[in-house]
Formats: sequence, structure tokens, C-alpha cells
Amino acid sequence: MSAAADLRALRNAACIVGVDESDEIGNLPHKSQLTLHLEAVANAVRDAGLRISDVDGIFTAGQHSPALLGEALGITPRYVDGTSVGGCSFIIEVGHAVAALHHGLCDVAVVSHGESGRSGVGVSPRRDTSLTGQYEAPFGFGGAPTFFGMLTTRHMHVYGTTLEQWAQVAVSTRRWAMLNPKALRREPLTVADVLASRPVVYPFNVLNICLVTDAGGAVVLTRADRARDCAKPPVYVRGVGEGTEHVMVTQMRDLTFSEATRLAGGKAFRMAGVGPHDFDHVMLYDAFTSGPPLMLEALGLAGRGEGVHCFAEGRSTPGGSLPINTNGGGLSYTHSGMYGIFPIIEATRQLRGECGARQVPGVRLSLVNGMGGMLSAAGTLVLSNEVGS
Amino acid sequence: MELDRPLPNPITPEARPFWDGLREHRLMLPRCGACGHVFFYPRVLCPRCHARDVGWIQASGRGTLHAFEIGYQAFNRAWKVTPPWVLAMVELAEGPRLLSNLVNVEPDPKAIRCDMPVRVVFHRLTDEITLPLFEPAP
Ligand SMILES: [Zn+2]
Repeated sequence: MSAAADLRALRNAACIVGVDESDEIGNLPHKSQLTLHLEAVANAVRDAGLRISDVDGIFTAGQHSPALLGEALGITPRYVDGTSVGGCSFIIEVGHAVAALHHGLCDVAVVSHGESGRSGVGVSPRRDTSLTGQYEAPFGFGGAPTFFGMLTTRHMHVYGTTLEQWAQVAVSTRRWAMLNPKALRREPLTVADVLASRPVVYPFNVLNICLVTDAGGAVVLTRADRARDCAKPPVYVRGVGEGTEHVMVTQMRDLTFSEATRLAGGKAFRMAGVGPHDFDHVMLYDAFTSGPPLMLEALGLAGRGEGVHCFAEGRSTPGGSLPINTNGGGLSYTHSGMYGIFPIIEATRQLRGECGARQVPGVRLSLVNGMGGMLSAAGTLVLSNEVGS
Repeated sequence: MELDRPLPNPITPEARPFWDGLREHRLMLPRCGACGHVFFYPRVLCPRCHARDVGWIQASGRGTLHAFEIGYQAFNRAWKVTPPWVLAMVELAEGPRLLSNLVNVEPDPKAIRCDMPVRVVFHRLTDEITLPLFEPAP
């Protein structure tokens, strides 16, 4: 049996049955990151109509190990996974949870995140590594914008992409945030506003860069047979994929094209039996305005250099032909540091029809794609409210 | 004199020839003895053929500006260079890329373009540490 056949056996094997954020998200100096994490798990388990004591598979990334989370929740899981390849780790872990559930290694899996990214409450100091301390810090590199900007100026050079086009990504995303009561930034935004905002590191002004917030989020999965007994309609995991290419930005083979994303998307699409143009809702990890266009190019939803065109009015925007980042994204809704759990939550809510003013009518097939680091790692999910053919 | 930027830390043993070379104004790069691949950063096996036979060559110091940014705010506490400054990804003539700063240039996107030729300039920080910075090449 080939590896591809194995993957197809996992199609629809498990469902997302519970999702939620922590009790509140945003600027929360009165809450530790462990509190944010536990709130999110408790809320998502309740959303599924399950109890914390039902959880026997723990999947998490960041500063909390799965063992710590099990201890704090007061459970002894049968299965743990602490894959940590950046903000997309939770997306990748949904794939790992599907496999674990399919093989009976656990029955109720929780993929979860909690991070006091803004307030730093209960956060241990970041450790340096020999690579970034030796080869990057002495030249002023450090924050994520100083690395992702390199991909962005190279893309501008190769494809002629403009600052105005990147800004339009922020504008489109804000249009959705204005419809989401949980979004941090809800005031109207124009391309001119983005271009006039405070320069941080060219080509990024502050409005090209995601928020920094405190937040938790969690996703509960179980096998399809058990999912029918949960509180909400199941969301089928039709396809999963993961990939990694590099960590240091200098090691990325083509700065304008994410090999990790191509690998992750290709696997997820093959497993699901779908093509890049079959989706009617898309969630992309938007730490920077240039991220989502590059992801669309690597996933094959747009041609090389053409990802930015998907963010034009009438395409990605409310009422448009291919809605993207309908929660308001990391740019305007929330971004605690490892954002990857939140696009899964939003895709699930859209597929359940729970999104109120921002609900995309008739959503059947949703794409979730996230990155770790500088498009260094990637995770892709194909989600649906139908089993499909 | 107070330094305006962080020293490389920690300096790892496998990178010692790189830092020793810079002190003598030579840009040294690891080269695979088995397949000839020149790479950066230093490590004990070749990332192309995975041979454990890694030696060193002196690079020409010439390359192109593969990508760049202009910094307006510091991203670590030890960085005290007066803004704006140019963050650079240089593709060396020998193949590998490294991060550095582009100096002796107007820190303005109109004055800088990707793929422009650059050459190394050695920037002494301490008796031990010299950094490879780059400037536009004629
Ligand atoms: Zn080799």
C-alpha cells in the first residue's frame, strides 16, 4: 500500500466537534498564559458537549508541554504530542490527532494553545540559540518582521508587487474584523492608512504586521462514529498535510515560494481528493500582509506572483467570490504569538454556520493553511461539513 | 567604547574558523571535500551530500544583495545603531547566503535594489570579533 493510499484511509476518519477561545482575548495583564490555556480547553470541551475527563489525547505546542497541560487539567492522557515547529504546529497536530484517533491511540483529542504574548504573564524568558545569536543578532535581526521582510522585498523585486498591494491584504482582513465582535481592531481601514502608519522595518509599516495579544484557543476531535453524539454538527477533517523546509531565512531555497507550504497543501489536497480551486472559504496565517498571498501561490490557488490579486474588493472581502480570513485574522482579530489554532476555530464556526454578520453563505469546503517561522514549516487542513464523495 | 550592537553569542566551536578568519580580514566559508558544495552556516556535515568531510575556503567577498530591509526600530536591547539602517541578505559569489548590513549607502528603498553587486567590508567590534558587513560594489 502506498503512502498516498494510507492518507486516503484517514479521510473523514475524525471530526472537529468542539472549538473555542479563552474566556476573553486581547490585552489581558490579569491572566497568566496557563489560565488562558485552561480556559480555552474547558470552553472547547464544553462546546463539544464533552467533559474534560473524556479527554485522553493532548496535542499542544509552545511553552506548555503536553505533560504540563495534562497535569494542570487533572487528567492522565493515553496519548501526547508536543510537535513544535512554530505557529502552524496546531494545524499539523490536527493531522496527528486524526491518525491517533483512527488507530485508537486515543478517543478524544484536544489540540490547544495558550499564550500571554502581549502581557507576558507566567511566561518564561525566551532562550537564544547559537544560530540566531551568532549569525543574525549582531546585524540587528531578531523580531519576525526582520526576517519576513526579506521574503517580501524579494517578491517585490521578482514580481513587481507593490506596497499598495500588500496594504490591500490588511484592508480586506479589516473588513472582516469589523463584522467580528471578538476582533481587537474594528475601525475602518484604507490602503492610505496602512501606507501612512508608523514604519517598523521596510517594507512593513505597523499595519502590515499582526497584533500582539493574549489569547488561548482549543479544538476537540473525535472519531466520526462518536462525533455524531456530540453537541454540535461535526466538521469532517477531509485532508491534512505538513511540511518543513528551513528555519533560518537564508536557508530558504526560493524566498518567493514556500516549499513547505507546497508540500503541506499537496498532501492535504490529495488526501481530501480536492483541487486548489474547490474551496469556498479560506483561512491563512497572516502574521504579515505578504504571508497570505505567498501561501496562495505555493498552494496553487494563485499563479506565481499573483496572490495579491485575490485580496481585491469583491474577491476576499465580505460578499466576495473567495472569502479569506473571515475572523479578521492575526492582523485585526488576535495574534498571541502562535496563531495557528485560531484559523481552525474560525473555519469550524463557518462550516457550522455560527458566524452571524460575517457568515459566508453556503460554506461547504474550507481551507486552513498556516506557517511556522518564516514559511519555514507549514500545515494544511481541508475541512467540510459534508462527508463528500 | 560602548558597542552599538550585540556581539555574536555564543560562538560555537564548529564556527571558529569563520570568526578567526574575520579577525584577519578573511571571509571563510565551509566547503564539502566530497562534493565541493560551499555552504553557510558552518556545520559538521554537508547539507547537500551529507559527507562529514568539511573544509574551509576563503571567499572572494563579492556577491549580490538578494533581499533587504530598512530598519526603523531595534529588535533587541543591545542594538543601538541610529535609525534607519539597512538589513541585508547577501548571496555570495560562492553560493551561500548570509545576513548582514549594507553600509555606505543611502538607507532609502529608492537607492537600493535587489541583485545589486556588493562587496565585504570588515567591521571591527573588539579584539576578538570582526563582523562582515557589505557595501555597494562598483
Ligand atoms: Zn557535499
